[in-house]
Amino acid sequence: MTAALMDYDEVLERFDPVLGLEVHVELSTATKMFCGCANVFGTPPNTQVCPTCLGLPGALPVLNGVAVESAMRIGLALNCSIAPWCRFARKNYFYPDMPKNFQTSQYDEPIAVNGSLAVELSDGSVFTVAIERAHMEEDTGKSLHVGGADGRIHGASHSLLDYNRAGVPLIEVVTKPIEGAGARAPEIARAYVTALRDLLRALGVSDVRMDQGSMRCDANVSLMPRGSSTFGTRTETKNVNSLRSVERAVRYEMCRQGAVLASGGRIVQETRHFDEAGGTTSAGRRKETSEDYRYFPEPDLVPIAPSDAWVQRLRATLPELPWQRRARAKTEWGLSDLELRDLVNAGALDLIAATVDAGAPAAEARSWWVSYLSQQTNSRGVELADLPITPAQVARVIALVAEGALTNNLARQVVDGVLAKEGEPDEVVAAHGLAVVSDDAALTAAVEQALAAAPDIADKIRGGKLAAAGAIVGAVMKATGGQANAQRVRELVLALVSA
Amino acid sequence: MPTISRAEVAHLARLARLAVTEEELDLFASQLEVILTSVARVGEVAAADIPPTSHAVGLTDVFRADVTRPGLTQQQALSGAYATEDGRFRVPRILDES
Ligand SMILES: [Zn+2]
Repeated sequence: MTAALMDYDEVLERFDPVLGLEVHVELSTATKMFCGCANVFGTPPNTQVCPTCLGLPGALPVLNGVAVESAMRIGLALNCSIAPWCRFARKNYFYPDMPKNFQTSQYDEPIAVNGSLAVELSDGSVFTVAIERAHMEEDTGKSLHVGGADGRIHGASHSLLDYNRAGVPLIEVVTKPIEGAGARAPEIARAYVTALRDLLRALGVSDVRMDQGSMRCDANVSLMPRGSSTFGTRTETKNVNSLRSVERAVRYEMCRQGAVLASGGRIVQETRHFDEAGGTTSAGRRKETSEDYRYFPEPDLVPIAPSDAWVQRLRATLPELPWQRRARAKTEWGLSDLELRDLVNAGALDLIAATVDAGAPAAEARSWWVSYLSQQTNSRGVELADLPITPAQVARVIALVAEGALTNNLARQVVDGVLAKEGEPDEVVAAHGLAVVSDDAALTAAVEQALAAAPDIADKIRGGKLAAAGAIVGAVMKATGGQANAQRVRELVLALVSA
Repeated sequence: MPTISRAEVAHLARLARLAVTEEELDLFASQLEVILTSVARVGEVAAADIPPTSHAVGLTDVFRADVTRPGLTQQQALSGAYATEDGRFRVPRILDES
């Protein structure tokens, strides 16, 4: 079923969009929020569980101190105030993704409130998104719906539960209503999630992998007639699992809601599901009765009361934040505004900076990320940061080239090996024998062979046309599969010809 | 004086996934009424200078070090399950739940 859509320009002529973004981030702590179970992605089902996260009778939660500090650092980096006193609450519901029949969350007492995040847009302008709150909660288990189409809940015969993820520390960052975005609403939504991801990555509190679900975005969208200041009814689109999808989902909802409102219909407040393939949203479960979670303060956890000294100590641990890094990169690498913006838009800036931090010269680091690695993202349809190669690995490849151990051609093969998950650069070099051949005996034989095969070129070189040596060097490179040290080959060609 | 209606009892029963008969709605409404009235007497002695409390102990900031501890094996975790499949807890289909 395809919904009627209003032309985007018409939507903007008639309505002002209002956005609200809720981003859930799994913290990369060693253990879960309330128990000592390992917090690791991708292990066999129900192997990272204990009586506490399975909700067995008598088990008691104990709060993970590192998770609390991560929450406070996130709050501080978002310019939030840290609550001097706050508690957890029980959100009661019957749904098997939480075996306790409640989720331990923060309700009316979040640990961080009233912040902001300055978001840079593609035209270089900055839009400031106001942050309502950042609060702590626990992730739910994973449900697998069996017997229906595409693993969807509708038509399923039964469901299977894996509680490895149940209790993983989660931070939810909620914006205040984003008004005045106009035509840029979809772009602002994407830029906000991108900026938040970069910030969280800089803080080192999460691996922020949208493709693995460690960062998830719910997008609230509503339209109000232009000139009105009364918000329209909003929908909440879930399952938005990539930066591109954030932008598409907001745009789609604007056009869908515009068509509904223009035809005299009304928007139903509901949860919608984003379909990645079609770029559309569809109505999810519609609740017969309003939610009634019967929140109450969690009696098994004592309140958190961060002292000023504790907050100040954490503030001092904040690393260089993305916008500070941007300013520094501009001056230290001598970039123009446009060059900097291109790097930011490509998601390359932090990766380049991290590669430089790992010891690579800025020019080489920049070249790798914006050319060869960017090409790999196009063919794979992923973001630069999601490529399975780290800045440290790129820095190592650059170092191997600088040492003369790899040619540029070999270096690309090594990077291909790392991207194919064959291991560290040095392991790929060893496994494929990709090291540059600098062994004079082997090279001399190859050069002699090439000269013998092209006596006319050998004569030219003898006659003083040194540029002709390039052809012999090329033949040797070809014969050695690109593994010869080209500089050394050239020296040998000239030496052998004049001998 | 709290009063609790049959409709409220029915709502609570639904939230708690309890099947309650028509007769029980009346019975529980009157019983819950007695409980709420008794508890409400606490409010009579709580003066304005006594803040509401959620915990019996005055502690704050009790934390655990972020260090893994052995939990249960998959077999142990599933040992009390009503039904299992592929190392997971098997539950009836979930529809119209929130
Ligand atoms: Zn556990």
